[in-house]
Amino acid sequence: MASILAVDDSASMRKMVSFTLKTAGYDVEEAEDGVDALEKAKLRTFDCVVTDVNMPNKDGITLIRDLRQLPQYKHVPMLMLTTESGMEKKQEGKAAGATGWMVKPFNPDQLLKTLQKVLG
Amino acid sequence: MSIDMSQFHQVFFEECFEGLEAMESGLLSLDLGDIDSEVINTIFRAAHSIKGGSGTFGFTVVAGYTHIMETLLDEMRDGRRQVTKPAVDVLLGSVDCLRDMLTSIQNEEDINMESAAKHQEALEIELTGKAGSGHATESTPATTEDAAPEPEEEPEEEIAEEQGWKIAFCPYLNLLQTGNDPVRLFRQLSNLGELTTTVNIQDIPPFSELEPDECNISWELKLVTDATEAEVKDIFSFVEDDCALEFAPLAKPKKVKKVAKPKPVAVVDEVKAAPVAEAEPTTPAAPAPPAAKKPVVEADASKNAPKASSSIRVDTDKIDTLINMVGEVVITQSMLGLIGENFTMDKVGQLKRGLAQLERHTRDLQQSVMNIRMLPISFVFSRFPRLVHDISTQLSKKITLKLVGENTEVDKAVVELINDPLVHLIRNSLDHGIEMPADRIAAGKPEMGTIELKAYHRGGHIVIEIVDDGRGLDKNKLLAKAIEKGLVEETAILSEKQIFELIFMPGFSTAEKLTDISGRGVGMDVVRRNIQSLGGNIDIISELGKGTTIAIHLPLTLAILDGQSVAVGDETYIVPLVSIIESINITEKMLNKVAGKGETFKLRNEYLPIIRMREIFNVRSGAATKSNEGVIVVVEGQGALCGFLVDELLGQQQVVIKSLEANYRRVEGVSGATILGDGSVALILDVPGLVRLSVR
Repeated sequence: MASILAVDDSASMRKMVSFTLKTAGYDVEEAEDGVDALEKAKLRTFDCVVTDVNMPNKDGITLIRDLRQLPQYKHVPMLMLTTESGMEKKQEGKAAGATGWMVKPFNPDQLLKTLQKVLG
Repeated sequence: MSIDMSQFHQVFFEECFEGLEAMESGLLSLDLGDIDSEVINTIFRAAHSIKGGSGTFGFTVVAGYTHIMETLLDEMRDGRRQVTKPAVDVLLGSVDCLRDMLTSIQNEEDINMESAAKHQEALEIELTGKAGSGHATESTPATTEDAAPEPEEEPEEEIAEEQGWKIAFCPYLNLLQTGNDPVRLFRQLSNLGELTTTVNIQDIPPFSELEPDECNISWELKLVTDATEAEVKDIFSFVEDDCALEFAPLAKPKKVKKVAKPKPVAVVDEVKAAPVAEAEPTTPAAPAPPAAKKPVVEADASKNAPKASSSIRVDTDKIDTLINMVGEVVITQSMLGLIGENFTMDKVGQLKRGLAQLERHTRDLQQSVMNIRMLPISFVFSRFPRLVHDISTQLSKKITLKLVGENTEVDKAVVELINDPLVHLIRNSLDHGIEMPADRIAAGKPEMGTIELKAYHRGGHIVIEIVDDGRGLDKNKLLAKAIEKGLVEETAILSEKQIFELIFMPGFSTAEKLTDISGRGVGMDVVRRNIQSLGGNIDIISELGKGTTIAIHLPLTLAILDGQSVAVGDETYIVPLVSIIESINITEKMLNKVAGKGETFKLRNEYLPIIRMREIFNVRSGAATKSNEGVIVVVEGQGALCGFLVDELLGQQQVVIKSLEANYRRVEGVSGATILGDGSVALILDVPGLVRLSVR
């Protein structure tokens, strides 16, 4: 099953995302901010990255931009979780290389459905 | 898939309360003249996380409320809004309000909507400059989420006769560079119905010019489905800016609609609707109009205590150390096992080395385990800046609070129990200690009073000091008051220390009038009792006009104690090392009998009462020759010195405290028991208890 890196500084959200994905059978690793995520992403290549946008140390958009620079992450799908439904943040994310986005709040089913779009 | 979201609630609440604390301390540390953008960012992030989480976990009222805070903070973060004192105060009020809301939700109580509405209105006024709706319930995240409501227009959504869509999908060159893949899109589409694809490869350049990262292929898709245009478009939502896309219903070719312009994505609509509906069962109180609610929660301090949780967060480093230790112990154990298997006397040296190693590892292991229970005292300290801020404003005093040694680690149980006594002591310092600004200037002191809250380790103890530079304690006034109240005899001559300790007597209050700040029913006697129940003690040093220092000494942990083992007959008792001042060899002749007052013993210039352990515990065994000579262990308990007469001092050791109450029953004069190296049980003496016992 596909491996996913779930990045969120909020433990409850991270747990929710990770638990949902694990229940669905994915192999999930958690990271608590962009810096942590980048380190973990270098250790092994994940099939997908799901990241929050607003985080301390390194935000999600910068993380996506940094990951895209790595050859092994050139085509890996990356989803950003954002509370901002405005186009502005999404455009910024797309420009950084995000594959798609999810608008918070979302429930586990929506998460899995969106993931299907990029992993299906 | 159905996932029980409530399993994440506990973590969510913990996180929210941490976030609120971060917001509070951030707000309090803001210097209005020189705004630190990192602080604003931290506050914003906390609000943002709470909003995101509460929306996800279905606490719509909280989400709606935090949304307004977030908007306000976002404007401050971007520099679009000035950070003003009123704004900070409103935000601080909101932090309280949120804390109440979350506590109510956590305890499954109704949210006090009136107070929430009041705070929300204040926030909205701050945000817009005019009165808002005033009802917390009216803005749920769903309605506030989208700044500009998008028009719900899908005029062509009526279902065509021959159902399905013809799609011209022409990716731009960069489509693949964001991790999107046309193959996956097609797979999604084929889930909706029958998909036929026609590939157009005429744009593929010659091989020499081919860039593998670029998408040079376009497709004509035919999808036979009863899905609506919105559903189909949703599949393309991530790539709509990276391709040219044309939709046409299969049966009605005239209704071609070009979808090149960027438009709000269907995902948004979907996501918006769901959590609101899902939220209702979890927070039944939320959607009801506030008028119908009776105010259940009063903004009361006691209500702020969330449900006691016995979970503990442990640094992963600590756990790693622990696992490492266990590994060492296992290695040593197998080494010893190997020696024991074929033991010959020439291996004694090896055996001894192994045992020494085992001892070292066990000690390390013990320390690591104890470490897990250790939390930085900042867990307690962090709430005091707010307390000082609020109360000093209320009293119109100018006071700064300095925290020193917040990272000092103490046992979790101590952290939990020390809070109330500290609150009381700090309130006292604020109320009675620090003078009004005018009085301070008149006394030649800086207008701004200072309270210092310090924590540090000394010996096996943690010391917490509350130092203020206020008016200090007036000895004469204290003594007069105590005499007036009949707590001491008029003729009594008391040392300075004894006079200060009068304030710990039940029924003693020096304040001319009880104020709402410090007169809360708990007296200093309760404070002292609480601290003593933790195995600690409390001291006062004060100088009139200069200030007061209150020092609390607490054991580092409540599970292990440094003890002095003493022999009484054949029995062994443990005296907590903390209580021992000194030990003296004496003979029977050095004791004086005072009629009606028992025995005393002269230590330098003071007469100390003697407690014979043999009599107290009714020990009959042991060599009789010991009865007329022995050792006096001078101990301090209840603020008084006292001598315990024992037969012999045995040694100092760390003992693990086992509860006597849990295993037997409470025994006066004994605080617990421990198991000695030889397997026998020794009682741990409760020094203050014994002193009380002997007075009777």
